[in-house]
Amino acid sequence: MDRHRVSGSAIGLIGLMLWLATPAAGQDLASFERRTTEHKVANGWTFLIVERPGAPVFSFCTLADVGSAQEVTGITGLAHMFEHMAFKGTPNLGTRDWPGEQKALAAVEAAYQAWQSERMGKHPDPRKLESLLADFKAKQKEAAGFVVHDAFDDVLTREGGVGMNASTGADDTNFFYSLPSNKLELFAYLESERFFHPVFREFYEERDVVQEERRMSTESSGFGRLVEQFTIASFAAHPYQHPGIGYVSDLQSFTTTDAEAFFKTYYAPSNLVTVIVGNVHAAEVIPLLDKYFGRIPARPAPPPLRTVEPPQVAEKIVVLEDPAQPLYLEAYHKPANTDPDQPVYDAIDDILTGGRTSRLYRSLVRDKKIAVQTSSFSNFPGIKYPNLFAVFAVPAFGVPDEKVQAAIRDEIERMKREDVTAEELARFKARARARFLRLVRTNVVLAQRLADAQRLYGDWREMFRRLDRLDQVTPADIRRVANQMFQPANRTVAMIVNQAATASAKPSEKKP
Amino acid sequence: MSLARPARFLILLSCALGLPAAASAQAVHADDLRYPPLPKFEIPRPERVVLDNGLVVMLLEDHELPLVEVTAVIRAGGRLDPADKIGLAKLGAQVLRNGGSETLPGDQLDDWLDGRGAVIEANADGDVARAVLSSLTRDFPDSLRVFADVLRRPAFDAGKLEVARNQAIGFLSRQNDESEEVLFREFRKLVYGADSPYARTETYATLGAIRRDDLVAWHRQAFHPDRMVLGLVGDFRTGDALALLRAAFGDWPRGPQGALPEATWKQQASPGVYWAEKKDVTQSNIVLGHLGVRKDDPDYYALEILNNVLSGAFSSRLISHLRSQKGLAYTVFGQVGSDWDHPGMTLLFVATKTQTTGAAIQALLDDARAVQTTQPPTEEEVAKARQSLLNSFIFNADTPRRVMSQQLSLEVYGYPLDWLSRYRAGLEAVTPAQVREAAVRHLHPDDFSILVVGTSEGRDRPLTDFGKVTMVDMTMPARPARK
Repeated sequence: MDRHRVSGSAIGLIGLMLWLATPAAGQDLASFERRTTEHKVANGWTFLIVERPGAPVFSFCTLADVGSAQEVTGITGLAHMFEHMAFKGTPNLGTRDWPGEQKALAAVEAAYQAWQSERMGKHPDPRKLESLLADFKAKQKEAAGFVVHDAFDDVLTREGGVGMNASTGADDTNFFYSLPSNKLELFAYLESERFFHPVFREFYEERDVVQEERRMSTESSGFGRLVEQFTIASFAAHPYQHPGIGYVSDLQSFTTTDAEAFFKTYYAPSNLVTVIVGNVHAAEVIPLLDKYFGRIPARPAPPPLRTVEPPQVAEKIVVLEDPAQPLYLEAYHKPANTDPDQPVYDAIDDILTGGRTSRLYRSLVRDKKIAVQTSSFSNFPGIKYPNLFAVFAVPAFGVPDEKVQAAIRDEIERMKREDVTAEELARFKARARARFLRLVRTNVVLAQRLADAQRLYGDWREMFRRLDRLDQVTPADIRRVANQMFQPANRTVAMIVNQAATASAKPSEKKP
Repeated sequence: MSLARPARFLILLSCALGLPAAASAQAVHADDLRYPPLPKFEIPRPERVVLDNGLVVMLLEDHELPLVEVTAVIRAGGRLDPADKIGLAKLGAQVLRNGGSETLPGDQLDDWLDGRGAVIEANADGDVARAVLSSLTRDFPDSLRVFADVLRRPAFDAGKLEVARNQAIGFLSRQNDESEEVLFREFRKLVYGADSPYARTETYATLGAIRRDDLVAWHRQAFHPDRMVLGLVGDFRTGDALALLRAAFGDWPRGPQGALPEATWKQQASPGVYWAEKKDVTQSNIVLGHLGVRKDDPDYYALEILNNVLSGAFSSRLISHLRSQKGLAYTVFGQVGSDWDHPGMTLLFVATKTQTTGAAIQALLDDARAVQTTQPPTEEEVAKARQSLLNSFIFNADTPRRVMSQQLSLEVYGYPLDWLSRYRAGLEAVTPAQVREAAVRHLHPDDFSILVVGTSEGRDRPLTDFGKVTMVDMTMPARPARK
């Protein structure tokens, strides 16, 4: 590696000496461990509190150990649907008259079920369908009269909450926002309230919103269409194959009753972790947690997922003829992230595509100029169960996918054949450490990382141990794991082919 | 029974006195909650130093993590690109970074940075070019020297220009793949005028015309210490960092006298209805709007409240009407837009299924008209919006990096550095009448450009219901031959 040399000036040397005289002030990561308090409420809900000086604010995230992997066909998209419903309020929040609304909601559900069973029956009667649908819409309208729209968000926003959002993945569902630190009790109230007794009001209106989300992210984007087809193809048995957003038919037929059953099963307090990070004191937070979250009765832990993805024995190739420009993706099965080799997969990921010194950037983007972007993921679509190592490339204008594929394969084969260099490995370790520091700058990201570790390993300290594990990776590990994983039969390829685009871009004979 | 009474009395008393409710009382409704005052917090003010050569430096210490971040902002944005070389600033910033310096060429720079977990990135938007260094504390003195070297003496390697050009052409060829990208690209042209410096876009021809000499000239014109602002946040001692800065930048001579070149433009708004046909979608992406304001507009604070009424919280008008109540959309928002030194874009946006295109346009138009006429912002809405903005005020300055990022913008665009406290006072002073007047002054539904990206197959209403329809030409010109 080249040490950079700039013509040294006297001032520069003095500056450097001054610098060296000052002891390093930045705190190391261990100080986070010392500032973290763990607390379990009697019902089994785990809390972590990280005290962080600075502005009087805090962020939190609640991680529910349930994602689209807990769905079966018929209810795909339901984990995400519940995420939306967690903002719809409770008997105490969002209603003009709870007893009245409760009856109206029951009537909506009965009317929907009646329409749905006729619709899905063997011989639906169009006239009957029409009147059942009209009845359902009338009941919906009646129920809407009781609703104080968006009351949950309203309280939160009025009191200065920001960044309120949630996301649903294959593994988990994540709820988060930030508040000024004097509003801790509001957080404890709202967050316990919505998981204590959520009310699924406006369920069918919100189901329409979710369908718009599907149209936006999956149906109206070439990339979205490709990823959906790729995911479905790559798993034969495991529910990781289902698109998290859900299939259209399921989004048009799952019910409030389905959602309530899903909630009861998977939102048991022992299945939830909440991490609070900010200018707060654990001693003041804990009594509030016991007081508000303690209201929720314990429930049995949800059943484990039985299906294990069988070894893949045949290469799968998905070719999507699409109006969008070509995109290329290939992926290989690998173990869950709790596997001791995970740091090795992370090293392969970074050495292949991490930044400008990576192998694919240098080969495909810089030298051959056949791609404009390359990236990889050492855990798609989740981390909890055996998942995929995926390589993604955006071909340069007019370059067919095959050319990109060949160049990727060259680099993959080289990784199987030769040890990575000491410099490459050192760069990976240096980059990982620095990237980690940059990530934990933000309260909400730190909260999410700790919650992830707590959920995956049952111990948040694993988040800090990860860096030490990365440091242990050797060139021999990388060759061993590359040879295990990068096998044709273990692979799924997915690409967008756009004949018109590649043909029109053929180098013309004319010189400019 | 006898025990309950005094306890209840105590709680009532504490509420009446405005004290926090006793810790034992568990709220049933959110309105039962009482909050202690927010602890006093001084928003950190960076130290501002002007070096002898005119370089403005802002420094803000933050010792939590062993990291230092340096941001350089240079007024060298794409709006100054020559008309036949649009994309120059963007490629310039990329090649400045990727080409390295004369002493540390690009590939070696990449190795050097990655070996230390350090990062240098540079980019240019329409207004400014930005370069950022992020370094571990222990490498900071070396990293800063490298950063200065790249900014002052970029190699503009010809090979790296070809890499950047190839990437830009690759992304350009995909410019019609995603609806939202098409929508905002074409909408800018309708609002600012297709040839305006704020709307024009690169083509294969303009990207192809850029030579290494152009990058050198771009750098020579704009990169001078007296035309740049540097912000440092992180784990350093201000005195030490200043010494390092003087060593790295102090002998950089000032730029030529005279005013900076400025982008000139004349607004050419195009009201009416526009349709960009895209067949591979199930949704229409829709935007309605026109030119907005600058952040120094006298109505700015009233507009912040108005924007909050329109689409702040979920209970705001547009989100509640189109999303929560009608289920028409996942994404919907609207605002009178503002920018630092030129008018922003005022727009109402929604993405909805093709079958409800007309219903969604109508709903947005209705809300835009109502807020000016039949249903002006109510006292309650204004109070709620103000309360929300003031209660969340601390999040404008919750991290040192956020403080610095804002200070850099204020410095670059010549706004007062105490803008944030003025902002707070401004919000506090706004009256409901001012919000109503601002809505009338700054929203002009009759002058809206209405743009729809999507397919006509299955639409609920013809677009001609909303005016004469002009098709947007999205044809990609032929690409010049590969060399």
